[in-house]
Amino acid sequence: MSFLTIVYALLFYVATALLVVGLASKIRQYAKTPAPLKIPTTPAPVTRSGVVMRMFRELVFFESLFKSNKWIWIFGWMFHYGMFLVLARHLRYFTDPVWTWVDLIQPFGMYAAFAMSAGLLGLWARRILVDRVRYISALSDHLMLALLFAIAGTGLMMDYVVHTDIVAVKEFFRGLMYFSWKPIPEDPVLLVHLGLVALLMIIFPISKLLHAPGVFFSPTRNQVDNPREQRHLAPWAAELEKNRS
Amino acid sequence: MADFDIPELKEFPVVPHIQEGTMAHSKPFVSKEQFQEPLGFPGELVDNWQEVAYDKMEELTGKYRSLAVFLDSCVKCGACTDKCHYYLGTSDPKNMPVARQDLFRKVYRRRFTFAGKYFPKLVGAVDLTEDVLNDWYSYFHQCSQCRRCSVYCPYGIDTAEISMAAREVMDEIGVGQKYCNEIIAKVYKIGNNLGLPQPALADTLEGLEEDIEDDTGVTVRLPLDVKGADVLVVTPSADFFAEPHVDGLMGYAKVFHEAGISWTLSSHASEAANFGMFIGSYENMRKVSLRIREAALDLGVKRIIFGECGHAWRVAYSFLNTLAGPFDFLDPKYPVPMHIMEFTHDLIQRDALTLDKSANDDMVLTYHDSCNVARASRMGPKPGGQFVLPREVIKASCNHFYDMPQDTIHEATFCCGGGGGLLTDDLMELRVKGALPRMEALKHVVETHGVTHMAAICAICKSQFAKVLPYYGFQMDSIVSVHQLVSNAIVLGNKQ
Ligand code: HEM
Ligand code: HEM
Ligand code: SF4
Ligand code: SF4
Repeated sequence: MSFLTIVYALLFYVATALLVVGLASKIRQYAKTPAPLKIPTTPAPVTRSGVVMRMFRELVFFESLFKSNKWIWIFGWMFHYGMFLVLARHLRYFTDPVWTWVDLIQPFGMYAAFAMSAGLLGLWARRILVDRVRYISALSDHLMLALLFAIAGTGLMMDYVVHTDIVAVKEFFRGLMYFSWKPIPEDPVLLVHLGLVALLMIIFPISKLLHAPGVFFSPTRNQVDNPREQRHLAPWAAELEKNRS
Repeated sequence: MADFDIPELKEFPVVPHIQEGTMAHSKPFVSKEQFQEPLGFPGELVDNWQEVAYDKMEELTGKYRSLAVFLDSCVKCGACTDKCHYYLGTSDPKNMPVARQDLFRKVYRRRFTFAGKYFPKLVGAVDLTEDVLNDWYSYFHQCSQCRRCSVYCPYGIDTAEISMAAREVMDEIGVGQKYCNEIIAKVYKIGNNLGLPQPALADTLEGLEEDIEDDTGVTVRLPLDVKGADVLVVTPSADFFAEPHVDGLMGYAKVFHEAGISWTLSSHASEAANFGMFIGSYENMRKVSLRIREAALDLGVKRIIFGECGHAWRVAYSFLNTLAGPFDFLDPKYPVPMHIMEFTHDLIQRDALTLDKSANDDMVLTYHDSCNVARASRMGPKPGGQFVLPREVIKASCNHFYDMPQDTIHEATFCCGGGGGLLTDDLMELRVKGALPRMEALKHVVETHGVTHMAAICAICKSQFAKVLPYYGFQMDSIVSVHQLVSNAIVLGNKQ
């Protein structure tokens, strides 16, 4: 067992643990914090199923973003859905036999990788070129784009420039999953790709990437507009009522 | 006319480039001890203010999911940066919604997140220093809590929620805003924002009855504190004497007269507006709301109807049931509370009012959707009823109506520039500049359709426009109440 294999194996265990525990604790926090008042941004759906539709449109079409800015929308959509396809395609490293639908989308993966990269570049260009967006950007906002772009870039390099042994990659990760470690291919590009991915996993629960779970908990989007029909009372607010006429 | 530059109205609205610090000097008067104490806040800056502020921030993020989620979730995408009327009117980058949030977020990060604690430079986190507090006081009083930004944010991040939290933290350390806190103290003492006591109110209403009788020859009552009336009407106190509000109040009276439904105002709850919301204080908002419950119980009414008021309608529609409910002692046939627009609209639908549209032929009208009615409430059973009902009532009362451009009405409406506790003379520059987008939209319909008047259903909008319209070369009386139009058009005694 090479030193690198041990380092990467441990790295991925630690990164996975931090990602899962961090996200779970954040989700727990959001779920447990009450929303004491009805604050859906209106016009809002008046039924639960209406809210499910609203959330669906937000997640799939980025509806609000579409209303507000077509450039951010197009770049953001390309990036997210490109990444989504890429990740789905990546499932082939973790499943054996590979699920049929993962097989079926393999040919689209390449376009997705380019869409993702182009989207990232577009977003980055706005961050640098539009004075308003430049003003609100911290160093971390640039680094986040750099990180994702570097992950996509090293991934694409493996497709087009320096191939890696993807069968061995798969064995390494299956080995991690079943606790019987296999050696990792020692290709620099792959090692960079994986190192950055681990970094992404580690910072996920302590960065703005929390928008992914956050969007589901946003009261302005997930509340039903029915305050007159149904009384809405948070536990801490109910306390105040104890000595009321 | 003013000691600041009045923005120029452009043919096509443009998003300005940022100019740092242009509004850093804008600050409302700080509250004094006598206005702080009745609300339960310290009278001056407390000694260990930083610690007190941090504790309050922690408490609030634990009490409000909105705050917890919004502080973590912003990706700095920039979609909201050109959506705030205060940014469009002032070019000050700290008036971009995300930058306003960041004033709070950067302190939250520094104190409560891993990244901010260990890598403050990287994520732009800072401690709550005196400079930061100054910025808070300045820029959290440059947000009218209009929620326009929340429509356009992909996660619905509502800067109003952050402004409210920031104002609550500031109140907690003894740095309150005079305008809001003085008014809330007045409500506790007297019952309304204007400090109008019962006898003065009775007098005013009597005067209005005489005006209507002189005008129409019909006796229309404006009852006060009448036990056993069917309907309690709660309306902003500006309706009692300011123009054009008072014409709206006379309109409600005529509508009730025609409907033959007994109603009453209450001197205990003689105020619809609830400034507790502006300062983000659940407790104060609740205390003000409970006066309405008490009045309804005391007078033994069957229904509660609210007059024309924007933020008041948000608190009434969205929060009243929570704050002061349940209202199981009222008639379950009607929603609690109802808006006067729902009441009048229903009568019009049932053909129970006779309206002579030609009475308003001297005006060509447009309609300003008040921000909190548009984005924080509803009217009628369907989503978006808050846009439909007022327009239908207007169209039933006049012959000439044109809407302003699509991207300035309905959910995209621009705030008047004076909402959210900013309707005070010490913020005049901000109010004038913040009105810019609405003024541009108005100019557009004035030029394309010859619009002469703009109707609104909010006491703040009406007062704000009466004041700022002249800065942009419009007549101050070109702002009217919707029920003023109804009042002009209604033919009394016809349907009895
Ligand atoms: C529930 C799933 C998610 C939804 C609905 C979502 C939605 C969005 C939206 C609407 C934006 C703003 C527009 C834009 O800049 O693209 C955004 C930004 C961003 N998202 Fe997501 N996202 C999700 C998951 C993720 C994940 C898993 C990642 C990263 C691995 C991610 C990374 C980013 C980044 C880095 C930005 C900022 C882009 C910039 O700098 O402009 N998102 N997301
Ligand atoms: C443990 C997780 C991951 C592993 C084992 C992995 C491994 C790989 C490998 C071996 C390739 C080369 C494929 C080939 O040559 O055919 C690749 C490509 C790529 N990877 Fe990853 N990767 C991981 C996570 C990610 C993540 C999280 C992202 C994006 C945020 C990403 C983005 C890409 C892209 C865009 C490509 C190029 C397009 C493609 O082949 O699909 N990878 N990855
Ligand atoms: S709530 Fe309104 S005033 Fe406040 S930041 Fe958002 S758009 Fe501006
Ligand atoms: S639109 Fe929302 S996520 Fe984007 S910068 Fe503004 S507040 Fe942040």
